[in-house]
Amino acid sequence: MEENVIHIRNLTKKFGGFTAVDHISFDVRRGEIFGFLGANGAGKTTAMRILCGLSRPTEGEGTVAGYDICSEQEKIKRNIGYMSQKFSLYPDLTVRENIRLFGGIYGLSDKTIKEKTGKMLDMLGMQSERDQLAGALPLGWKQRLAFSIAMVHDPGIIFLDEPTGGVDPETRRRFWEMIYDAAERGVTVFVTTHYMDEAEYCGRVSVMVDGKIAAMDSPDRLKSSYNAENMDEVFRIIAGRAGREG
Amino acid sequence: MTAAIDIENISKSYGKVRALDGISLKVDAGEIFGLIGPDGAGKTTLFRIMTTLMLPDSGSGSVCGLDIVKDYARIRRLTGYMPGRFSLYQDLSVKENLDYFATLFGTTVKENYGTIKEIYSQIEPFADRRAGKLSGGMKQKLALCCALVHKPSVLFLDEPTTGVDAVSRKDFWTMLARIKASGVTIFVSTPYMDEAARCDRLALIREGSIIGTGTPREIVSAFPFGLLSVKGSRMYRLLKELRGLPGVISCFSFGDSHHVTYDPSVTGKERLLASLSEAGFTDCTARDIGPCIEDCFMWLSGAAAGGM
Amino acid sequence: MKEFTASVIKEFRHIFRDRRTILIAMVMPVVQIVLFGFAVSTEVNDVRVAFCGDLSDTEVRHAVDRIDQNRYLRVVCRLDSPSSAEEMFRKNRADVAICFERDYGSRLASSGQASARIIGDGSDPNTAQMIASYLKGVIQSEQADVSVSLAGDRQASMAPVVQLMYNPAMKSSYNFVPGVMGLILMLICSMMTAVSIVREKETGTLELLLVSPVKPLWIISSKMIPYLVLSAANFVSILLLSHYVMEVPVNGSLTLLSLAALIFVVTSLALGLLISVISSSQRTALLICGMGLTMPAMIFSGIIFPCESMPVILQWFSDIIPAKWFIIIVKKVMIQGDGLASVVKELSILAGMAAILLAVSIKSFRTRLQ
Repeated sequence: MEENVIHIRNLTKKFGGFTAVDHISFDVRRGEIFGFLGANGAGKTTAMRILCGLSRPTEGEGTVAGYDICSEQEKIKRNIGYMSQKFSLYPDLTVRENIRLFGGIYGLSDKTIKEKTGKMLDMLGMQSERDQLAGALPLGWKQRLAFSIAMVHDPGIIFLDEPTGGVDPETRRRFWEMIYDAAERGVTVFVTTHYMDEAEYCGRVSVMVDGKIAAMDSPDRLKSSYNAENMDEVFRIIAGRAGREG
Repeated sequence: MTAAIDIENISKSYGKVRALDGISLKVDAGEIFGLIGPDGAGKTTLFRIMTTLMLPDSGSGSVCGLDIVKDYARIRRLTGYMPGRFSLYQDLSVKENLDYFATLFGTTVKENYGTIKEIYSQIEPFADRRAGKLSGGMKQKLALCCALVHKPSVLFLDEPTTGVDAVSRKDFWTMLARIKASGVTIFVSTPYMDEAARCDRLALIREGSIIGTGTPREIVSAFPFGLLSVKGSRMYRLLKELRGLPGVISCFSFGDSHHVTYDPSVTGKERLLASLSEAGFTDCTARDIGPCIEDCFMWLSGAAAGGM
Repeated sequence: MKEFTASVIKEFRHIFRDRRTILIAMVMPVVQIVLFGFAVSTEVNDVRVAFCGDLSDTEVRHAVDRIDQNRYLRVVCRLDSPSSAEEMFRKNRADVAICFERDYGSRLASSGQASARIIGDGSDPNTAQMIASYLKGVIQSEQADVSVSLAGDRQASMAPVVQLMYNPAMKSSYNFVPGVMGLILMLICSMMTAVSIVREKETGTLELLLVSPVKPLWIISSKMIPYLVLSAANFVSILLLSHYVMEVPVNGSLTLLSLAALIFVVTSLALGLLISVISSSQRTALLICGMGLTMPAMIFSGIIFPCESMPVILQWFSDIIPAKWFIIIVKKVMIQGDGLASVVKELSILAGMAAILLAVSIKSFRTRLQ
């Protein structure tokens, strides 16, 4: 069934006289990997915060996971997963404690948490590291653990904010394989990245410039319509037109 | 010609964690030398040791011919350093920051205006704005100006492009090329493998060890296996299928295609395509390609870890 | 030298651009003086006195009258027996009780010796002691033997109170002005120096300062100068406030007082520097300053309760608190009007502390990270 799990119309956010997000509209289908690209300061983070129910739009309407972004923010938060490079795990808690904590935050029962913990550790191959402090893990493992934890409550949509920054090339790719796995299970993935090769892994990408969506399509179609060899080139053509200083 | 940077067998540990493990590097005067590796590989520690901010546990080194331990005071005069984080005074204006750092190094902005003119002219219209209120790209330019204002002969840039978008990153490397043209040696680190091509020479670093060094061309030509770029419609399934085929050493997605590292003595393009169509992947295309730095990094880190 | 001036200017900019800092630095002294002056006053004022004794006795009547006549005291009730004093305190109907012995008048007439017992409310020992000694002073002329005890506390004879000599009205401002002065100077110097250095650690700018050819000593001193100036301004404002608003006289030499303040400020700056070396975040620095410096300074400075009533071990401990010595000097010079000779010991202790701390902190300030 083709179903839009994210449905946004004329979303606008103003900070005083500054319009960070300027009337953007888009839909994301269930199970889609949607790349949300844009230069620094183009308004990506602001838009993403609204979608995650962390901030209210100045204008516009929309739904995420079937809930209204203006009036049902708490329900949105319960039904999405969120992972960012900046904050994801408590470094001074062990792997198991982190899983427990986030399971608890999302209101899972002790029994479910226990089951999930076992499964998750098996899947990540981290059984022997379960009592290590999360802060002591290699970056790549942290990233994968953080992703699994963001999925602990089986959300229908997961928001990933630059999940792979600074990670080594192999781990970066293994991480994307986890994303693919999730998408195959029907989870909708909404991801931002600065790596343009990762943009190619998305089903569709949008490029934000100066608060507006300047282009939105599948990577293949974008490449052919901009007559570019890769997404890097596409991005530079589109984002290069920005009026705001980068 | 003496090397601008010459370090020998440098090691450094923090408690039990070994951050650097016997690092040796030689950087010629006037080149852009890239230190490439993921976060946590020890890049920042190496920078701090070379900029005399930290003492190595063992090993020796020199910058501009001066010892990094004994002659630290003289090295500090001759080098410019831009740390990984934006490290300027957010509550001071652009001009105040620049003036202050010029004074610290016993010079004035006026005296060395020629050195920074090209970059500074881009932020000069905002000279009275507080540094904290600048956009990311402008902050980066200001930090670069502050590191250059005393005309250093060696410039250390620790991850200058992290968290910066693709367009600004390209601009930044263009600036670096111009700085290099004025005779400054540049030692730069980055986690972005695609920036490697902009460097004259590279060192690949992983878990505190150098796993490869040379010009980008040398590193690429040392790749010992065959490499195929494979495209198809069901990319993720294709990836899993490819990994199971005989002769395939590794397979990873690279943008819109998969890079398949294979052993030429066991398999080849035609053979792989045949096995794929047998498995139902009939619409696949494949072509032999040369490796990029990222392929090499993955191969070298696998080799360092004893995997391949 | 140019580097130094530029750094000092830069430091002043940091201070003046951060409204919070400047607010804390300039307004806090005023607030503290006012707070201690009016809100936490331990002055003897409008004290409710209960008495127990035979009103037909002329001498007792005389004494009670005398108490009631006093502008700070007010007789509220008569007790049947000394034991009911405790109940009065519990019900908060009286602040102090005085009990005259049986045949008070006749004993006084025959032997010139009669005793009266003053019972203070032990739930607030500081005020109680102050009130009791005040009351004692008031009836002292009446007879000789007055014993003092605190209800709920063990029987304790009152030591003669020295402050009475220099502080005839028992004004507590005489006590807290030196204390507040010590606290403020310590707070401004230690806390702000520590925080300003640690902040540069946090933002990473310290790294840039260290890789510059500037000598660490210059960096350190350029950080200290602005806070020295701020402290001088605070010193003056506290003096003015306490003189004109709290009416505390400056009896001794102003030069001597300023000298002591200068030495104390240097000690505090060095302490701040030391804290900045230990701590890696502003939070830690603030915590160490708050728990390690301000609290002991408050407790041992005698603002809250007299040092003399502390256990001996704590009294020894209080000796290593620089603020204690400074406060003693201020009390002696400012209020008692003593000269250099009487504070030489305290001054040299303070100067010694300053020298040691400065040496240690400059030595431990590294030219490198970690």
